[in-house]
Amino acid sequence: MAAPLSVEVEFGAVVNPGKRAVRSLLFDGVKKHQVTLPGQEEPWDIRNLLVWIKKNLLKERPELFIQGDSVRPGILVLINDADWELLGELDYQLQDQDSILFISTLHGG
Amino acid sequence: MLWQVLEGLSRDSAKRLRFVPGVVYADEGAACGQSPEDRAKTVAEAKLVLQSVGFPWHIVALEEVFSLPPSVLRCSAREPVGTEGAYKAAVDSFLQQQHALGEEQQSLPCPPRPPIRAGPPTAGQTEALSTLFSSVETLTAKEELLRTLRTHLILHVARTHGYSKVMMGDSCTRLAIKLMTSLALGRGAFLAWDTGFSDERHGDVVVVRPMREHTLKEVAFYNRLFAVPSVFTPAVDTKAPEKASIHRLMEAFILRLQAQFPSTVSTVYRTSEKLVKAPRDGCAAGTPGPRCLLCMCVLDVDTADSATAFGAQTSSQLPQTQPPVAQAEAPTVSCCCTGMGGARHCCRTEEDPRARVIEQLCYGCRVNMKDLPSLDPLPPYILAEAQLRSQRAEAEQIQEYLLEDREDEDARPGES
Repeated sequence: MAAPLSVEVEFGAVVNPGKRAVRSLLFDGVKKHQVTLPGQEEPWDIRNLLVWIKKNLLKERPELFIQGDSVRPGILVLINDADWELLGELDYQLQDQDSILFISTLHGG
Repeated sequence: MLWQVLEGLSRDSAKRLRFVPGVVYADEGAACGQSPEDRAKTVAEAKLVLQSVGFPWHIVALEEVFSLPPSVLRCSAREPVGTEGAYKAAVDSFLQQQHALGEEQQSLPCPPRPPIRAGPPTAGQTEALSTLFSSVETLTAKEELLRTLRTHLILHVARTHGYSKVMMGDSCTRLAIKLMTSLALGRGAFLAWDTGFSDERHGDVVVVRPMREHTLKEVAFYNRLFAVPSVFTPAVDTKAPEKASIHRLMEAFILRLQAQFPSTVSTVYRTSEKLVKAPRDGCAAGTPGPRCLLCMCVLDVDTADSATAFGAQTSSQLPQTQPPVAQAEAPTVSCCCTGMGGARHCCRTEEDPRARVIEQLCYGCRVNMKDLPSLDPLPPYILAEAQLRSQRAEAEQIQEYLLEDREDEDARPGES
């Protein structure tokens, strides 16, 4: 049984000087979301978070952000400013007040 | 990249960079279909960042391609490359120069120049640009056209303000994608120039890519950890589905492969490092062949005398060439063509201005132009330079055949 969690979800993109970067227009232009995840049976992990984001935050074209179970290749995920690959990727369990940052390195999305 | 340059130029760094930089921002909102308010907002954001950096900055709108001179497409001669001694001498003279400017001005990398900003583009130019981009049929061709125009624009800015080098911020990941995309687009002959560290095809202005060893992931982390301010603008292919253009497809392919095989990008990059810029076989050493009109690389298509080239060109052009209105010469075109192989210039291309331009392009650019049904919306400098070059070529040909072609010369109507 997991208690409700409060996490901060942010979306950004990489600037390539000499080329234009892309704002993540999929999220209504809102970059930072303070999110309260409801309590549930299994503990919250990134996998569940993605499903939740898809359901609640993605305004359009989910396939530009999420691919299958995970994010699209080319989107970096930073958990508390650390690469998620170091923390177990999808299996990382969210703690209260965590900060999740999605950086898109893709050219058109 | 801008941030790193700032770091490098700061007085505290151990190995101080020794050059005088400026920054140019190209506003491409019109090509991407951005509304004027959004564009103004983005430009204002960019201006803020540029001002905070402290270098002389230039904001140019893509519409300015319509007022570029044809000289942009010409390769200018360059001072001969120096040796080690020359490098030291250059550094010394630079230091002396800085010293002469006085200590108090050393905090500014160069004497403060007022920011150069041409007035906002006229509505006519903006419309011309949107017409051009909406007339392009495929997204691939659009992206290539955008890239070409942007290069010309930046080149022009560099030349006008006396910059000898342009630093582009292409990262390792982007270059790997660019390499594969270029291969798919038929630009395999120019990989070394398109993705190498330095690109001297323009002669006097050298394009360098100092960031080519950093992956996008590193850049992203750097930006995040050092809180580098960024400006976001939509691109031509924003929100396009994955298979919309070759660029997107290749990007998705490489990134997906990278996720499974983390050495993909670095392998492609290492391979690109091995590419060597060699002159074409058959070209006399020292005399460069004709250059492509748009990308200014030495042409990779077969020369005019090759039988296969002639056959390929004629067969692809005959179905397309329709006799233009009020052209009395049309019936004689076919007999002229089959007659003299060497004089193809004077009879075929004059009736078809499109063929005249296509002829001066490399294979990759030709493939691109196929998606542009009409060449009219192109900026005038391209068409003017094409005309100039073909007239020059015609004049050369006519030199040899002066007597025989006298009839044709007189009979050619409407030649302005």
